[in-house]
Amino acid sequence: MSGYYFHLAIRCLRGNVALTVLIIAAVGVGIGATMTVFTVLLALSGDPIPAKSSQLFAPQIDVWGPAARRPGANADPRLPDMLTYGDAVALMQAHAATRQAAMYGISQIILPPGREPIPSGGRATYRDFFAMFQVPFHSGAPWSAQDETAHRNVIVLGAKLAAKLFPAGDAVGQEVTMEAGAFRVVGVIEPWNPQPAFYDPSGSAFFRNEEFFLPFTVAIEHRIPGGWLSCHSSPGSDWAGRLKSSCVWIQFWAELPDAAAVRAYRQYLSNYAADQRRSGRFGWPPSVQLSNVRQWLQIEHVVPDEVRINALLALGFLLVCLVNAVGLMLARFAGRSGAYAIRRALGASRLDIFLQCMVETALVGALGGGLGLMLTALGLIGQRATLHYTSADSSRLTHLDTSIMTLTLIVAIGATFLAGLYPAWRAARSPIGWQLKEQ
Amino acid sequence: MEILPILSALRRNKVGATLVALQIALTLAVVANALSIIQNHWSNMRRPSGMDEENIFTLQNHWVGQPENLRASIEADMAALRGIPGVVDAAATNAYPLLGGGMGWRISTKPDMRDGPSASTTLYLQTAHGLDAMGLKLLGGRWFRAAEIGEWGMNLKASPSAVLTLALASKLFPTGNPLGQVIYLVGIDSPVQVIGVVDRAQAAAPAPAFGDPRTEYSTFLPFQFVNNGLAYVVRTRPGQLLAAMRATPDRLSRITRQRVIDLLGPFSETRTRAYRIQKAESRLLGAVVGLLLAITAFGTLGLTMYWVSQRRRHIGLRRALGARRADILRYFHSENLLIAGTGVLLGVAGGLGANLWMAAHLGTARMSPAYIGTGAVMVLVLSQLAVIWPAFRAASIPASLAARGL
Repeated sequence: MSGYYFHLAIRCLRGNVALTVLIIAAVGVGIGATMTVFTVLLALSGDPIPAKSSQLFAPQIDVWGPAARRPGANADPRLPDMLTYGDAVALMQAHAATRQAAMYGISQIILPPGREPIPSGGRATYRDFFAMFQVPFHSGAPWSAQDETAHRNVIVLGAKLAAKLFPAGDAVGQEVTMEAGAFRVVGVIEPWNPQPAFYDPSGSAFFRNEEFFLPFTVAIEHRIPGGWLSCHSSPGSDWAGRLKSSCVWIQFWAELPDAAAVRAYRQYLSNYAADQRRSGRFGWPPSVQLSNVRQWLQIEHVVPDEVRINALLALGFLLVCLVNAVGLMLARFAGRSGAYAIRRALGASRLDIFLQCMVETALVGALGGGLGLMLTALGLIGQRATLHYTSADSSRLTHLDTSIMTLTLIVAIGATFLAGLYPAWRAARSPIGWQLKEQ
Repeated sequence: MEILPILSALRRNKVGATLVALQIALTLAVVANALSIIQNHWSNMRRPSGMDEENIFTLQNHWVGQPENLRASIEADMAALRGIPGVVDAAATNAYPLLGGGMGWRISTKPDMRDGPSASTTLYLQTAHGLDAMGLKLLGGRWFRAAEIGEWGMNLKASPSAVLTLALASKLFPTGNPLGQVIYLVGIDSPVQVIGVVDRAQAAAPAPAFGDPRTEYSTFLPFQFVNNGLAYVVRTRPGQLLAAMRATPDRLSRITRQRVIDLLGPFSETRTRAYRIQKAESRLLGAVVGLLLAITAFGTLGLTMYWVSQRRRHIGLRRALGARRADILRYFHSENLLIAGTGVLLGVAGGLGANLWMAAHLGTARMSPAYIGTGAVMVLVLSQLAVIWPAFRAASIPASLAARGL
């Protein structure tokens, strides 16, 4: 029976081409616009590390006291979102979590022999970083714990920088010279670029590219400054002063596999802050916070409000297109009420008419969805062009993957289905006799 | 206008009329809000930086390996840049408007932010050359003298004096003359004297999408920023920017090749970079508005065509009873005006409501009534345009049709 309806639907669609094109265009454009914005929103608010987002935690410590959060001062009402160097080192040494890594973003100029210097951005961190954030390795491995304690000059290269520096072959074991000195390559990672880059609240969460990794201890020893420093008192006048100051500039992440570990770590943090108060460093009741990745993205307000607003507008847009489709479908079915009346008179039930209308609606939805898909792809290309996403790995922001494609089609068919319900119901309910008389 | 016959005809087609009105209301609400957001982005993108933008180019300089004497290297670079024909002045600084990043600080009129007005500001470290190199407009007081310029290495130092933007000066000293007054940088308790006020200098961070008065809270301090990694700001005489900019890499590498010059370009490129996301969004929203209007217009057209075809006999009857073609045309246009007008009323309410909600929850700017007004007129005109063809078709229905049906 449904094959027959399908056949009928195609015949009907071809019957009034202008109206058919109009409905399909309305559905397609609505879907296209909505899904373009929605894809960007999804990419921005997506879980950057779904497998572990509930096990990775960022601690915060109230190092500046309530005075820095005085409401009248219009200062940031939150706890500082990074740690001081001193606290980061203390938390590293306590080793209270399964895995932990202090880190900060750095930049260095790489000096390949006989070639132009390459300015690049990287990260100083501990070896647990790689396991904790599931960074895939192309070759080699993270540096060892011994490398860390012995402050050895070792480096892990990002995929692109490795290809640039050693186009011939494996980079592991080679030497990379940069401003801070010569470093031995111990590993090369696969392209890795979680969106958003949740682990570092400084700078942009979406335009970051880690081209290399150095041991934290080595970077500190070479006095490689971070790009970001947030202070409520003087950061001192030299490197040693900076390390002792109350400025925050180090990020810290801990892996806590279960609720018990989280409780224990929270307890440890409270104890640590209480100790700091006892020792006279804090003149205020100690306050700490421990947030997992999702909570952290909330705290950091990673998804810009503009994107939410665009999503609202796009939703409004979809609504207009659907109302439009309801109207046009109503016109379409009503225009064919004579034919339905004849079918009813020949013995078709109301349900049959309703089903026939719905099959036609679904067909329109599928066609509109196809159009919408093409428009979404176009819209994303447009977005990418204006945003200058040139490199392949940062294009994830505006990438059309299969899940989005499926979602687009589902939304299209679902939405037209909803839009078709009332017109189909109306068509099925129209009286037979009156319509036939009019013929 | 024959309102009563239209109303009684509409009563028999409640659903269709409601759908059109609803669609027009939604369209208006979305279009007005989108236009308001686009306008907001545009005014951000065009907000003057306070610098002589037409004649400024900038670059980031980074020496490979720390030079022996950083301060002397900076001075040598500046001397070389000032020697390029057409260059008015050059300065090396930590940041300039719209560069992004920058040094943020809280300042207050009282030590420790107690009681006095305070504000978050961008700190620009500038030398005696800063005023000319950036082409700022000094409103009162004076700029820094060469003898006052200190050295700022890795960290913050006490500053004897400062120049503020007008916006910041008015925030800190709402009444009275800011010149000669004292401000404090939080964390450094020594007083800083305000010696000058410039008209405008935007913060290093581009204006956020939605209203933030801090965008023009900038403070200049008399320091040479001594750091490997500096922003060079070069101002040229009108018309000589490109030539001077092209000569720059060569002139600098004559001093030493051990450097990386990045982001060399006219200031307009900095502006483009700073607002690329807002620009992309404006385009997306613009496309959405255009498509939405088109969809609504075609939707109205389609539905009116259908109504006309439903009422062919009714129209034929009217023609037979003496109605002129103009009467039929007027009938459909009036009917559309009635429906669209109802939709517009709903849309004005809905659009303003949505705007208020977004302003409260998402911090967008309040929409000016002009946008909803413009949107309303646009939608009304468009829907009138959309019925021209169906009304014309209706008017060409022959009177004989009525007779045939009877």
